[in-house]
Amino acid sequence: MMERLKGLSTPSRDNLVTYALVFAAWAVMQSLASAHAISSSMVGLLVPITAYVSLAISLNLVVGISGELSLGHAGFMSVGAFTGLVVAQILAPSVASGPLRLLVSMLAAGGVAALAGLVVGVPVMRLQGDYLAIVTLAFGEIIKNLLNNLYVGFDGGLHLSMTNVASLGMSGGKVLINGPQGAVGIEKLSSFMAGMLLVLFTLLVVTNLVNSRSGRAIMAVRDNRIAAESVGIDTTKYRLMAFVVAAALAGMAGALYAMNFSSIVPKKFDFNTSILILVFVVLGGMGNIRGGIISAALLTVLPEKLRFIGDFRMLIYAVVLISVMLFSNNAQVRMTLDGIRTRLARKDDDEALADGERGGGAHA
Amino acid sequence: MGLLTNLINGISLGSVYAIIALGYTMVYGIAKMLNFAHGDVIMVGGYICFIAMNNVGLPPVVAVLLSIVGCTCLGIVVERLAYKPLREAPSLAVLITAIGVSYFLQNTALLVWGADPKAFRSVIDSPSIKLFNGQLTVSPVSIVTVLACVAIMVGLTLFTSRTKMGKAMRACSEDKGAAQLMGINVNTTISMVFAIGSGLAAIAGVLLCSTYPTLMPTTGSLPGIKAFTAAVIGGIGSIPGAALGGVLLGIIEIFAKAYIGTQLADAIVFAVLIVVLLIRPAGLLGKEIHEKV
Amino acid sequence: MPRTEGTYKAQSERAAGTTTGQRPAAKRQRTKMVAPPNDYLVPERDALLTPVLECRHLGIDFGGLHAVEDLNLMVGKTEIAGLIGPNGAGKTTVFNLLTKVYQPTRGTILLDGQDTAGMDTARVSREGIARTFQNIRLFDSLSVEDNVKIGLHNQVSCGMWSGIFRMPRYWLSEKEFHDKALELLDVFHMADNATDIAGSLPYGAQRRLEIVRALATNPKLLLLDEPAAGMNPVETEELMDNIVRVRDRFQIAVLLIEHDMDLVMGICEGIVVLNFGRLIAKGTPEEIQANPQVVEAYLGKQD
Repeated sequence: MMERLKGLSTPSRDNLVTYALVFAAWAVMQSLASAHAISSSMVGLLVPITAYVSLAISLNLVVGISGELSLGHAGFMSVGAFTGLVVAQILAPSVASGPLRLLVSMLAAGGVAALAGLVVGVPVMRLQGDYLAIVTLAFGEIIKNLLNNLYVGFDGGLHLSMTNVASLGMSGGKVLINGPQGAVGIEKLSSFMAGMLLVLFTLLVVTNLVNSRSGRAIMAVRDNRIAAESVGIDTTKYRLMAFVVAAALAGMAGALYAMNFSSIVPKKFDFNTSILILVFVVLGGMGNIRGGIISAALLTVLPEKLRFIGDFRMLIYAVVLISVMLFSNNAQVRMTLDGIRTRLARKDDDEALADGERGGGAHA
Repeated sequence: MGLLTNLINGISLGSVYAIIALGYTMVYGIAKMLNFAHGDVIMVGGYICFIAMNNVGLPPVVAVLLSIVGCTCLGIVVERLAYKPLREAPSLAVLITAIGVSYFLQNTALLVWGADPKAFRSVIDSPSIKLFNGQLTVSPVSIVTVLACVAIMVGLTLFTSRTKMGKAMRACSEDKGAAQLMGINVNTTISMVFAIGSGLAAIAGVLLCSTYPTLMPTTGSLPGIKAFTAAVIGGIGSIPGAALGGVLLGIIEIFAKAYIGTQLADAIVFAVLIVVLLIRPAGLLGKEIHEKV
Repeated sequence: MPRTEGTYKAQSERAAGTTTGQRPAAKRQRTKMVAPPNDYLVPERDALLTPVLECRHLGIDFGGLHAVEDLNLMVGKTEIAGLIGPNGAGKTTVFNLLTKVYQPTRGTILLDGQDTAGMDTARVSREGIARTFQNIRLFDSLSVEDNVKIGLHNQVSCGMWSGIFRMPRYWLSEKEFHDKALELLDVFHMADNATDIAGSLPYGAQRRLEIVRALATNPKLLLLDEPAAGMNPVETEELMDNIVRVRDRFQIAVLLIEHDMDLVMGICEGIVVLNFGRLIAKGTPEEIQANPQVVEAYLGKQD
């Protein structure tokens, strides 16, 4: 009975460790930053790190928990980013408090990204495997191209156009999104604090979802779609749920990310950014939320630290990526590791057996 | 005449996509992997040809042959070093590895040849053909591209249906285990497919750069992705499907650029992919496979 | 045991109502007549109850092949029925038709009197058919308990928002999930394995877990696809006890596919025999054993 209770608490205990890790990182970075113990380039990275960590957690919901390969996560990030920018600008005259405006615009970003997730997800969920992956890639590119052609202006009322600034028909006011040039003169509302709160919120949403009725249904579909259907689970509904929740969270991270810079272009959120987030998830271990957090943080900091080697940076990144994949997945390497593990386990078993025999002997 | 010019340009670009897509479809068919590095082989092919012609001063034909040989070797080496050890690994690991290889090739090109675009001199330097009193201009590269595409498609079809190696390839893409039991050397067969696919990529690279003469380390990425899109539209694993998908995609892209706008052309190309997959989940000429319960 | 005149009549009226979905008079159509499949058999204790399953002229084609053809079948409310036949006879295809993994080309399936036309696999499960698979299909990476909880999916309610924000509904539902899962696992003495990973269980335990998971969906009819495959005689004996016990405890019907004739003849009350997609015999174990057509189907024609 005790065993059972102990076992039951395993997922929540695991989550507690993750939360503790996040809080510890927060405390350390916050105190280092306020003591001016870290470089200014590092301080500038704090918000992007939190954004990428959130993105890694949300993509893990799709790739690790739901088992669908998505190559268009950056698309939802950009939908959120530009929604957030527009909402923050619209609210500027009426809402004085920066944090409140950030909160509202991030929520709006999440909402619109969720809607985009739904629009993309409904057709996407009719496909499976690599076909699904290639279609998410296609949607990511479509979103990028549409945003490249989007012009938004605000002069008390909102003006939208898909052709150029002139056709916005503005009377004074300000152009918020200028097609391929993106948004300029962004008010920097994001902060490390807001970023950490978003990481915690994302973590809460994903871990709580996973350990609930809906989350089990999502994992059931991942493990065996036909068996999941056979026990009465609407597989499309739960695949879509994971996809849309992840899109919403990516949208919020996108808004946070965009409001950390003075300008941002749609091209920033392209296929390579989607891949970058996917790499965080895969290197962290699929479905392993904590691993994803760590790898997202490390892989955002490392390239900055390696700036001094110039053009060799990305080459090294490529070589590291290939090597990690080869070493962690190669059958021979894995067999060697398994061999060591079994040998250790056998040793434990032998000892247990020996104990048992001794115990048995005493009874006899 | 504008319509006809666009159609010719579309078919020409589509033929390049088709050649890349043929390689993609064969590699996917046998290795079941999204080989994102395939597009970068195109770029390497372009550079080899450029260096051979401009820096060494070799005649175009020799340069093209050199480029094909170079890319074929590259394909075999990449497969041996990066993909072969992952034969039993989850597909996502292979995908990330392919992306790693793609970054590797791009950044090596960046280090070796620099970031600034090279002006590629067309491998065919005969004058354009003028028709209808000069109203319609057809570049010789377009004609060569289309002819090359047709020749490659016919050649591949004959190769996979008539030769022993071709049949082995088809057997491996159906069921590797069974093929091995029939005495087929699966590893050699897969290497062979990568070799052919990369060789085709080299041809596509040379033809692409001859038509659109800017060569950069990232030249291959987007055509690579679009060619894969073409292969999926046509039905992955199907040789006529890849050709059909490629040509369709090229025509759609050129027409979208001409009549809707350059910025939205890519969006339309990808929208076509989505629509096709929703109507025919296995692509236009692909066959659907159901999981056995 | 032949059905009484009264029950059959009542049933055909109900079936007519559900298949057309409206009163015949409303559109002034002629009543659709179905050939009375009057040679059905059910246990005597179920004779006055609506049969849990009735198939009429059920058929499916794959390409040009009639994989199942004109199958008439009835399973009583608490019957343990067997579906046997040589390899490739179409037995698993019948299960796939009943659970709508395949949509039938022809014919009607009535589940507890309700036509299942147009339903998908998940809906049929909610309506009361649960199954196990010939090649075990568990949620391999999840714990034994989670596998059963997923089986309980439609028995306990808790929406996405309650789950994400840990509303009171969530805590209530989790307790209910946990209690019910352990209660079900206890039926097969697996409660101690609750935290084990399903994919790492030994073969026999995986088969048992699949049955528990199927039972968790609160079915009216349990379909077992070769439950004894790969088991030794002792395990098979235990499985037979378990199947009977499950039927008695949950008062459900069981339809099983099995090649182990000791199991089939030992616990099945009614047996149907399939060959080349067609029903070739039905009856009690004694009748089936004595049926020359069955012997021929299994052993080939004896001259």
